[in-house]
Amino acid sequence: MERSRALPYLLIAPATIFLIALFVIPLVQTVVLAFVDDGAWSLTNFRKMVGDLNFGLSLRNTFLLVLVVVPLQVACALLMGVMLQKLDKGRDLVLWIWTIPLGVSDLAAGLVWLAIFQDRGYLNTLLAAFGVIDGPTNWLSYESPGSMFLAVALAEIWRATAIVLVILVAGLQLIPKEYGEAAEIFGASPWTRFRKITLPLLKPSIQSALILRTVLAFEVFAVVYALSGRNFPVLVGEAYAWQHVNQNNGVAAAYAILVMAISLAATLAYIRALRVNPETQP
Amino acid sequence: MKPIAAWLAGAALAAIWTTAGLAQDVIFLSTQLRPVEEATKVRQVILKGVGPVTYAVEEPSPFQTRMDAETQAGKRTISLVGALHGELQPLVNSKGLSPVDDLSAKAKERGVPDALMALGKLGGEQQMYIPWMQATYIMAAHKSALAHLPAGADVNTLTYDQLKAWAKAVQEKTGKRALGFPAGPKGLMARFFQGYLYPSYTGGVVSTFKSADAEAMWTAFKDLWQHVNPNSTSYDFMQEPLMAGEVLIAFDHVARLKEALNAAPNDFVTFPAPAGPKGRGFMPVIAGLGIPPGAPNRAAAAGLIEHLLKPETQVAMARELGFFPVVKAELPSDLPGGVKLLVEGVAKTQTAKDALPSLLPVGLGAKGGEFNKVYMDTFQRIVLRGEAPRAALDAQAATLAAIITETKAPCWAPDKASNGPCPIN
Repeated sequence: MERSRALPYLLIAPATIFLIALFVIPLVQTVVLAFVDDGAWSLTNFRKMVGDLNFGLSLRNTFLLVLVVVPLQVACALLMGVMLQKLDKGRDLVLWIWTIPLGVSDLAAGLVWLAIFQDRGYLNTLLAAFGVIDGPTNWLSYESPGSMFLAVALAEIWRATAIVLVILVAGLQLIPKEYGEAAEIFGASPWTRFRKITLPLLKPSIQSALILRTVLAFEVFAVVYALSGRNFPVLVGEAYAWQHVNQNNGVAAAYAILVMAISLAATLAYIRALRVNPETQP
Repeated sequence: MKPIAAWLAGAALAAIWTTAGLAQDVIFLSTQLRPVEEATKVRQVILKGVGPVTYAVEEPSPFQTRMDAETQAGKRTISLVGALHGELQPLVNSKGLSPVDDLSAKAKERGVPDALMALGKLGGEQQMYIPWMQATYIMAAHKSALAHLPAGADVNTLTYDQLKAWAKAVQEKTGKRALGFPAGPKGLMARFFQGYLYPSYTGGVVSTFKSADAEAMWTAFKDLWQHVNPNSTSYDFMQEPLMAGEVLIAFDHVARLKEALNAAPNDFVTFPAPAGPKGRGFMPVIAGLGIPPGAPNRAAAAGLIEHLLKPETQVAMARELGFFPVVKAELPSDLPGGVKLLVEGVAKTQTAKDALPSLLPVGLGAKGGEFNKVYMDTFQRIVLRGEAPRAALDAQAATLAAIITETKAPCWAPDKASNGPCPIN
């Protein structure tokens, strides 16, 4: 009797210890670092962060990236997911190929796209071969913020759409076929069926995918760093620079807290906006 | 592919072995001479026959983290550290270095100049590190660019105006912006402003930060920047763009030009950075050797410092690795091609008639990074974002003043000596 009562706790103990040691303690330490200056509680680090030259820019860039990349990724993943449903043969193979980017680390993905967009990269070689350009064109310098943003957005979309796809495919498979068949008998068009049946029933999956993807998008760093160095400042990149280049871990911690606060706010917003009534679920 | 894999496996094994730290070994951790070929030379040539020493390398920021972690854990594995002046500076505040006053007499005897020894005090009373080796920044150019030098200009006595005319001519002839600076995330561009541009134009670094001279300087530099390769804000080391032919003229730390010069010693020339109205600013780079408190083997670390300061070791460092002696030592004349170019460039810089040496920042403690940021932010505002120099300088001067007030750092050369914190006029 005694033993069986303790068993659940014993079973979750390793995970709990792991989380406390590697997540909770560092989190508390980060909060302390951010709010302490010269041994006393203060907001100096946050004032320094907000007053910094790159603060506004990195905030704007990060939000811009999230607002452009996440909706596009969800749209792409929905389209790809529905296409997969329609496939009779080779479905697993296509899914497997589409999820390859998931296995590539984000820095490696950034470097792959760097090889495409840099001065002597594949894109310029291709364009030159077709006679579109004469010599190397700069896509990633501070002088071409537009193409630099496009390159970063493209790399992010390529790299992380697969994670949304996987979640949505799992959700799509849970929707019973009968709903669609019934609607078809009543003469609903494919577009109506998608809007009135698939989308509402997919809401919980879309919610999870959005939360996961948005939180990760606010943490974007390695791809941006590989492609643009610090020409395109983002929040996590600034945290990194304050920690390693400017050697002020207080301000770096303040940035970390800010990213966490934004991610939490986004998660709460999604949970409220996409509230799912459990009784409407099949 | 195979040899690379073997190397990687070897490196991984070495890392494991290093971390394990064999009991009798002296662990020498360095942020310098990190590339495999250089580290191998240190192990096989420089440290040959000095007993069991493990030479381990770490990038600057993991280095700081590791030192802090060992301090906080109260358990030392490292007996000797070798790092740049600016990297050793934060260790004073975080208690990562112990005084080495007992070793300074011997170093002075070997001929380490007083100015360098003073840097090793890191703004305090006690000797915190012993100077190890020095380097500086020079310019390198591909020989093909020399044809476009403006009339009457000598590459060895260039002025900033001539550099601009040169870069402009190269751009007109070749169609590309062929001048490059290391202004990337890991580049050393801040040192260019502190040791070269500011002293050359204003005769100071801190006190003249927002002077009228500084305003004129930034205007001129912005003008020059039109002919600078826009990828400069991504360049960390200039040797790569030089080798790729992306730039033909470049400014950088000698160690970051070395590969290009070694790969094609006959294609390049080296020369001093340009001069401005106040002289030809240049900044020596000092790497130092320090001993952490509670080092597992302090005696052996002291012995190692003694070995590394021997004239023959120092000459070997120059020959094999391109860093220059801090002690009195005669360099041989039969140096390998790339190193010879470096030595020439450095010699021309040091002996220039209008040479204006600048010290590395002194007394900033852990604020060295933020001090650099002031100069990089000013550059970003004026040159990259096109803000008016006066407004940008006034705004950045406030940040600079806050750093100086907090650290109470007195002026260092080339600024005129001050009583108390260095004033910003």
